[in-house]
Amino acid sequence: MSTSEPAADSILSLRGVTKRFGGLLAVDEVSFEVPKGQVFSLIGPNGAGKTTLFNCITGMYTPTAGDVILEGRNISGAKPHRTAQLGIARTFQNIRLFEYMTALDNVKVGCHVRMHAKLWDALFKTPFARREEAAVAEQAREQLRFVGIEQHADNYARNLAYGQQRRLEIARALATQPRLLLLDEPAAGFTPQEKVELMALVQKIIDRGITVFLIEHDMRVVMEVSQRIAVLDHGEKIAEGPPAEVRANRRVIEAYLGKSA
Amino acid sequence: MRGIRAYVREHARDPNFIAYAAMGIGALIFPAVVQFATGGNGDALVSLAADGGVYVLLAIGLNVVVGFAGLLDLGYAAFFAIGAYTYGMLASEQLISSPLHHAVHIPFWIALFIGLFVAAGAGALLGAPTLRLRGDYLAIVTLGFGEIVPRFFRNMRDWTSGVNGISALDPPSLPGWITGPWVNTSFGWVPNFKFLSFNATAWYVLIVILVTASVFGVNNLYRSRLGRAWMAVREDETAAAAMGVNTVSTKLLAFAIGASFSGFAGAFYGAKLSLVSPDNFTFIISITILSMVVLGGMGNVAGAMVGGLLLYWVLYYFLPNAPQQASGLATSIGMDWLNHAVPNGWPGIAEFINRLKFILFGLILVSIMLLRPQGLLPSRLRAQELHRGVHDEPVKTVA
Repeated sequence: MSTSEPAADSILSLRGVTKRFGGLLAVDEVSFEVPKGQVFSLIGPNGAGKTTLFNCITGMYTPTAGDVILEGRNISGAKPHRTAQLGIARTFQNIRLFEYMTALDNVKVGCHVRMHAKLWDALFKTPFARREEAAVAEQAREQLRFVGIEQHADNYARNLAYGQQRRLEIARALATQPRLLLLDEPAAGFTPQEKVELMALVQKIIDRGITVFLIEHDMRVVMEVSQRIAVLDHGEKIAEGPPAEVRANRRVIEAYLGKSA
Repeated sequence: MRGIRAYVREHARDPNFIAYAAMGIGALIFPAVVQFATGGNGDALVSLAADGGVYVLLAIGLNVVVGFAGLLDLGYAAFFAIGAYTYGMLASEQLISSPLHHAVHIPFWIALFIGLFVAAGAGALLGAPTLRLRGDYLAIVTLGFGEIVPRFFRNMRDWTSGVNGISALDPPSLPGWITGPWVNTSFGWVPNFKFLSFNATAWYVLIVILVTASVFGVNNLYRSRLGRAWMAVREDETAAAAMGVNTVSTKLLAFAIGASFSGFAGAFYGAKLSLVSPDNFTFIISITILSMVVLGGMGNVAGAMVGGLLLYWVLYYFLPNAPQQASGLATSIGMDWLNHAVPNGWPGIAEFINRLKFILFGLILVSIMLLRPQGLLPSRLRAQELHRGVHDEPVKTVA
């Protein structure tokens, strides 16, 4: 499957994306293409600018320069809720659930962007609003079932175990019906067993036709699930290619282990 | 019938259901009970209760902003003022002295909704510059707004009569009204009925209807897409945005809808009092309403209503009557000497209590908050929040 050429059919392309915070250059003219229907991973040492890049893609930050193109549409500088509407969903490195809402309600918030009830419908509970609410409740349960935490639907998000919280975040992101799912270190803090389960879940997500864009530190996970990997160091892309190629790349090894004298 | 019975059985242990049922039944029988207990002289009490309904309405509205969306608003009385002044200008002779030179007399039933929309517009207007602010900073801006609005009305002398306020507002009228034993007459039909100050029961019925309608509306909103978006913004604005919630419009709607209830309340209040003056909408009103919401249970509609009723009762019935009650009590237990003032010494029990009024008020507030920090009738959520540690803390810092 994987080739060293960028796939012709890409869902997301970055063209010279740069993000500068005052004097700090967090992301420096990064370009790459995320092929449709695969797992694309972004790796790099701590502080390399990976999450900043995610924030630029999802509209949390506006890139200082460069373009973010989602399926041919330039979305650089679009607001986060707009990028969600256009089909990008994400999870967060440090879990950001709605802690004092039930797991089910968390996922229902994810459904928000695909709902159409207007203020009027909500205020008077019109038949349309009732039908939509019922459908959303069913969809939300379906997502919880998909990630395997359906039995916790009525628990507060904050009362779930750590691994379940990570799963809930994924369920919530999936509820926005994305075409591109950005996972920010989903395996952080996982046991080896949980990592195996996570990889299976990522595969299930791919099978649904959703492209997965992954930031991850755990090399076993990255090498196993991804078809293509880009490496970031000090905000700069230093390598890109299929796992085997990246693993052998001299600059990548240097970035992680330091230059040999 | 069976449906109702099953519903009651299912909810019999739900504190919210009990509160709603108690308030509903209480509201229905209150005028009759009062008239019976006072031998037909209960109009003053019924009228007082109708004013209490205004505060309940205000508490419901502020709960949307503070409780649902988590936006601390210290200037809520501003919207109350806007509702009242809207009705004042649209239903009195006031505008003759304005550059319009024409009095406007819009029927109350229409003006009520104009007041609602004007207040909602003002809510959105205040919301717009505060969108980037959170927590304390937002509170300060709303505080400023709450101070500006009454001052604005005071200074627009041509339109509002300045410090004197607008008086002689049109009373609402209906084609007819039923009277009966509850106002100490026999059953009868009054054609061309006008809501005047001595028709306490009519005002009471009107505010009960307004509150009931608001409760249904606001509960529907709470359980809707919008209600969830409000909670999501309150919990984590960034995550909400990433999930596709437009935080700008969500927050603006919270401000606008919250304000619209006080637009309702303001129009009713102005019409009932037949007077709107800038002194009726001071900072203390904003704080009182906020206390009602916090005390009752933030984020819970029934809680805000209970808090509103309780604080209103304390402030406008219990405390004003306390000196007299204390004096009566002293006499009846044979300690009449407590009532005799000593020059430069003991002021008499009534005056003593009168001087202590606000200390008592403070004590009541503090003790309720100490005994029930989550409010009298908390939302399920808030109850959890205040019992941190009882439940397992998720291990979030591992990453």
